[in-house]
This record gives sequence, structure tokens and C-alpha cells, in this order.
Amino acid sequence: MCTLEKRGDLFHLTLTGDDEHRFHPDTITSVLSLLEQAKSQSTKGSVLITTGHGKFFSNGFDLAWAQSAGHGAIERMHQMVKSFKPVLAALLDLPMPTIAALNGHAAASGLMFALSHDYVFMRKDRGVLYMSEVDIGLPVPDYFSALVVAKVGSGIARRELLLSGKKLKGEDAVALGIVDSAAHDSAEGVVEATVSLGESLAAKKWNGEVYASIRRSLYPELCRMLELTVNNLATHNL
Amino acid sequence: MCSLEKRGRLFILKLTGDGEHRLNPTLLDSLRSTINQIRSDQSSSQSVLITTSDGKFFSNGYDLALAETNPSLSVLMDSKLRSLVADLISLPMPTIAAVTGHASAAGCILAMSHDYVLMRRDRGFLYMSELDIELKVPAWFMALIRVKIGSPAARRDVMLTAAKVTAEMGVEMGIVDSAYDSAVETVEAAVRLGEEIIRRGGDGHVYGKMRETLLREVLVHTIGEDESGSSVVRNTRSKL
Repeated sequence: MCTLEKRGDLFHLTLTGDDEHRFHPDTITSVLSLLEQAKSQSTKGSVLITTGHGKFFSNGFDLAWAQSAGHGAIERMHQMVKSFKPVLAALLDLPMPTIAALNGHAAASGLMFALSHDYVFMRKDRGVLYMSEVDIGLPVPDYFSALVVAKVGSGIARRELLLSGKKLKGEDAVALGIVDSAAHDSAEGVVEATVSLGESLAAKKWNGEVYASIRRSLYPELCRMLELTVNNLATHNL
Repeated sequence: MCSLEKRGRLFILKLTGDGEHRLNPTLLDSLRSTINQIRSDQSSSQSVLITTSDGKFFSNGYDLALAETNPSLSVLMDSKLRSLVADLISLPMPTIAAVTGHASAAGCILAMSHDYVLMRRDRGFLYMSELDIELKVPAWFMALIRVKIGSPAARRDVMLTAAKVTAEMGVEMGIVDSAYDSAVETVEAAVRLGEEIIRRGGDGHVYGKMRETLLREVLVHTIGEDESGSSVVRNTRSKL
């Protein structure tokens, strides 16, 4: 389902298998536990790179699992929306720079997962960003919108992302300021580029706690919704 | 420490001397009292303030060496800078920073507290150095960063990569208004801009009030309670 590997300074979190990497209670638990593991093993200069195998980075929540409960579908949706929050919180709180290397499509909560990283690289040749909610008639959780507002500056870009139902290719996403790069063809090309960025960030040997505290203070409204304290006054090595 | 010159209706405030213009309590008091002097000048509501500096530095930030000898001075410097920035935000006249040297951390905040930032392109950078020197960033610094830098990616680059922002980069990021070939040209451009603003006319008091509402989020922090421990010094390694 997902793995965490350490290569030098870089933690590689990979959504494995050729499927849609949908977020389901089990995947959510796994991802959360791997992020906790990365956090506990972090040192100065650690960096996280998240990617996936196959055609999809992640296609969102496991709606089929929700629907299979019949009358319990809404309850299951609420459960997934609620239990996904800590995943985004863990990323925003991670004491190291984070980079999403999009191997393929990222939709709905899968896109939110990507956007929660400090840097987002897409493929030039394949893969789209898609907030599907407006097409399938699902309301967007408040913390999703807060994330979009925090990470995407222009009103036009926010509209295109949240309200248009458009499938945004790499080029469009860069032009709208949603992702940092869509310059590389192939999943390997994107991963290589993110490794290169990761290594240059790792070389700075930044203090992870300071990094995370500055990151949280960039997004106070989002952190409030994710129940993260903005001004972490915990000190060490004083 | 600092000098004040009046040229017509322009006030030119200069951080003097060849040093780093570190924002220690004495310099901060001097700056505040000069700003008060400007505010109480009769012609203040039809004037413009230009802030600039001598030498290689606009300001290299707080006096961290001083804070090492006495940690309570950290809190004092932060409190004095907050008051100075609150004064700049409420000043009843447009303000222009003519950045002719490096502006780091608190020094960068001081530059960005001005309405216009004009900068030389041949030398010097804006540098939020905190990440590099393991310093936490006060919440009110972040409030100013969020208000003054519109693009989330630019904010991330400034704060989370500790980018050394040259004038050209600054113009691209929307932090710097315009870039010039030398220190002298930067100050001359600031003077021309100041004169153009004065020619346009307008009531400085209204301007000041409008600026306060625009920068309300920063004021909430600057006139709010002290957050002790929010600017704890870890070490004084300078990356410059």
C-alpha cells in the first residue's frame, strides 16, 4: 500500500501498486504511521519526497467503500474526511522540507495530499490535477478550501481549482501558480528532479523544529483548522 | 546612529556609519524618537519619509551578540522594533525604503515596513535568515510577511529557503517595487518618487489611517501582548 525508505538524507514515501491509491481508512492509517516514523527518525538535513507508482498519484477517497455501506455511506464519508485531517496536519507539522513528486493524476483528497507538501512537481507529459467534487456533487470539506486558499494565491487560480471542474495539466498548473514545476517527462524524470531539489535542501542542514515552526506560521488559518498550534513556544538546547 | 534631513517636504532618515546598523535598543530608541519628530512636524501630513543607510548594510537585524550577553535584551529589542513598526504603519505620510545594502531578518522587516521598497540591483539582498541561524520567527514578523508578500510560493521561498533576495528577484516576487544600478541612483529614485507623491497631493492623515486598515493584521500583533520566548536566540552564527 505504501512504504517509507531512507536513502541518505532523503525519506522516500511511496504509494505502491498500480491502483488509484485511494484514501481509505487503512491507507490513511498507514500513511499517518509512516509520517510519524519519518518524524521520529528525522535529523538536521532530512527531507521527505512523496510519490506513487503507476497512472495515479492518488484519485481521492475510496467512494466505492463508502457506497458499499448503503445507508451507512454518509457516515463512512464523514469518517474518511475526519480521519484524513491528521494526515495533512502531520505533513504541515513535519520537521523537514517536503516534496511531492506527482507520477500521475491527483484528484480531490489526493490533490490535497499533494498540496500539503512544501514543493509540488508534476509531469509535463501526463497527469492532471482535478477537484472532482463539483462534478460529483460532493461538498468540499472546510479544511480542503483552507489549504487551497493557503497555498494558491490568485483568485482566478482558486476558482479554476475549486469551482471549474477542470482537469489541469502540468503546464496549466504551473501557470496558475498551483505547482512549482511541470518540466519533466516521465515519472522517473520528476522523481529525479525532486531528488535533486531534496539534496540541495538537505545540504542546508536546517533544524527541523525551526523549519516546521516557520512553516506553520505561514499558514495560521489552515493550522487552526487542522488543530496545529501556530507559535510553538517549545524550546530546546537553549 | 541615525540622521534626519529635510529636503523640501521630504524627510530623509539615514542609518549612519559604516557598520551593520544592528537594531540594538539605542538605535531603536533613536529611530523612534526621530519618527516622533517627523510626526510632530507641521507639514507632516503633506510629506514623504525616505529611509536609507550608509555603507554595506541597510540593517543586519537585531544585535544578537548583545542578546547573548543578556537574554532579556532579546525581548526588549523585539518590543522596541514592534513599537517602531507600529509608528511607521500609523505615520501620516507615505514611506519609502531606499535599500542600498543588505537587509536581514529584523532589518528586512524594517525595510518591508515601508510602503515602497526601492533597491540597488548591483549589490545586497533581502534575507530572512532565521532558518539558517536557527532562530524562531516572531508571529508579528510573519504577519508582515503575509501582508506584504502576496504569492504563497514567494513567501515559502523567502521564509522556508532563507533565500537571499536580490533586487531583481525581489521585483519578480513582488516584494521590491523597482531596482537601480547603484546606491546613489536608488536614493535619487526615492527622492523623485517622493516628490511625485507630494505633487499628487492628498491628506497624509487619511493615508495613514488607510494604511493602518490595510496592515491591520500586523498592528494587532505589534500593539498586542508580548509573546515571551517567541524570538529565542539559539546561536549567533551569521551567514553573511
